[in-house]
Amino acid sequence: MSAFDILFRPGHEIAADVRARRISAREVTEAALDTIEALDGKLNAFTDVTAERAIEEANRVDAAMIEGKALPLAGVPYAVKNLFDIEGVVTRAGSKINRDNAPAIADASLVTQMQKAGAVLIGGVNMGEYAYDFTGENAHDGASLNPHDPARMSGGSSGGSGTAVASGMVALSLGSDTNGSIRVPSSFCGLYGLKPTFGRLSRARTFPFVASLDHLGPIARSPRDLAVAFNALQFPDPDDRHQLAQRPLDVERALGTGISGLRIAVAGGYFRDQAGSEALAAVEHVAKALGTSREVNLPEVHRARAAAYVITTSESSALHLERLQTRAGDYDPDTRDRFLSGAMVPAAWYMAAQRFRTWFRAEMEHLFETVDVILAPATPFPALLSGTKEVELAGSRVPARPNIGIFAQPISFIGLPVVAVPVWPAGTHLPIGVQVIAPAWREDIALRVAEALHQAGATAAPVASL
Amino acid sequence: MKEFDAAAHVAHMEQVMGLTIDEAWRAGVVANMAATARAAALVTEFALDDHVEPAPVFKP
Repeated sequence: MSAFDILFRPGHEIAADVRARRISAREVTEAALDTIEALDGKLNAFTDVTAERAIEEANRVDAAMIEGKALPLAGVPYAVKNLFDIEGVVTRAGSKINRDNAPAIADASLVTQMQKAGAVLIGGVNMGEYAYDFTGENAHDGASLNPHDPARMSGGSSGGSGTAVASGMVALSLGSDTNGSIRVPSSFCGLYGLKPTFGRLSRARTFPFVASLDHLGPIARSPRDLAVAFNALQFPDPDDRHQLAQRPLDVERALGTGISGLRIAVAGGYFRDQAGSEALAAVEHVAKALGTSREVNLPEVHRARAAAYVITTSESSALHLERLQTRAGDYDPDTRDRFLSGAMVPAAWYMAAQRFRTWFRAEMEHLFETVDVILAPATPFPALLSGTKEVELAGSRVPARPNIGIFAQPISFIGLPVVAVPVWPAGTHLPIGVQVIAPAWREDIALRVAEALHQAGATAAPVASL
Repeated sequence: MKEFDAAAHVAHMEQVMGLTIDEAWRAGVVANMAATARAAALVTEFALDDHVEPAPVFKP
């Protein structure tokens, strides 16, 4: 089989072949390393290829297959955003400054979970500096580019994750999402992305951005891959005191149970008013495929976005204060000004935002008494050309960077689980994502909807032809 | 309330917080401060009952 035949299909199909010993994990890993060698010079997804470790992990998986072990992600090649600790690798978190740190002494908890499930880590991937980013651009490592149009952004901040999965270098990547950093690259790169419920997955041994809002999750080319990975990633971790105790879900089992009986509605108002034509068309396409024409309004959602903005800038800058005092010149110019101003936010503004979060959660709980799924665009527009500084939004020129995430931000603000699903509107070569938003702790519902759309061919995440 | 003066706030707070803002960065920092103030106003102008507590919960 060629590297193309081996890699350019969903991870669960690769795992099935490895389990049936039609192919070895070693062959899959070598195909991934070859593909990176061939493509990454153009796309800039990887910052740390861990080839030696990958071969060792693959050999261990192959030995486990001979022993007859049933590993759900057997031999599936994956990458992690470079804010995840990888033993022996310096966790740069997209920065220049953290490159001075010692190499990580242990893997992030979620990397360990992936290893237990049989997945093979291929390396760390590019990201916006310290995750304060929606573009995938990075002054230190260069931009991770969009495989569907390399003149465009991958989306951020899990940009390298989007690039690596959409180009077929790996089947899956773990990213982080504070305000949209899994959903934005999923939208720009035409992928499925799962931002789980806040507090669901361990964040142990990952570099923080905003403790109040940080989530981790997978990006892949099929909802089933998200489900298999999510099953593997759920576990109670004593190393993460922020994690919230919840019974794990078996989302893989739930996946095929269909969507009959689910009450589905489209988010209007704020979303409809600011969405570009492709975003509106994408939501309409998904709503039609799901047979709904109902619309709901999220109460005071513009304030929810504003409150997330205030929490993000002040909490992240407080974390960075000493570095901002001593090494401001070493920050990416595109994040530096935001971090510096964030260090000057009055506490009363921050606390008002945290109180508003309580109010908004209650209002959304109320709304979810009448609806099971809410659809909204993941981004207001498809991938922007690299270097874009301003965009037009609802008739006004506004800065591009912060506004890419306006639709993702209010949802992660209260930690709701979301699957971003990729739509290919007519008349453009660019994909755009739609958020499938479920009530807290119901990742299974969002994944069921994504699977129904995928099976119906309404959404798809093809590997880019390069 | 007086209109928020982002430039004055930045000039004061850089001293308070021990930050050194290169003049080449100042306009960007001030613009970001003004954007944060606009966002904060959307939150603070929305009256909440005194019993609405901040979202984070600490589990001892």
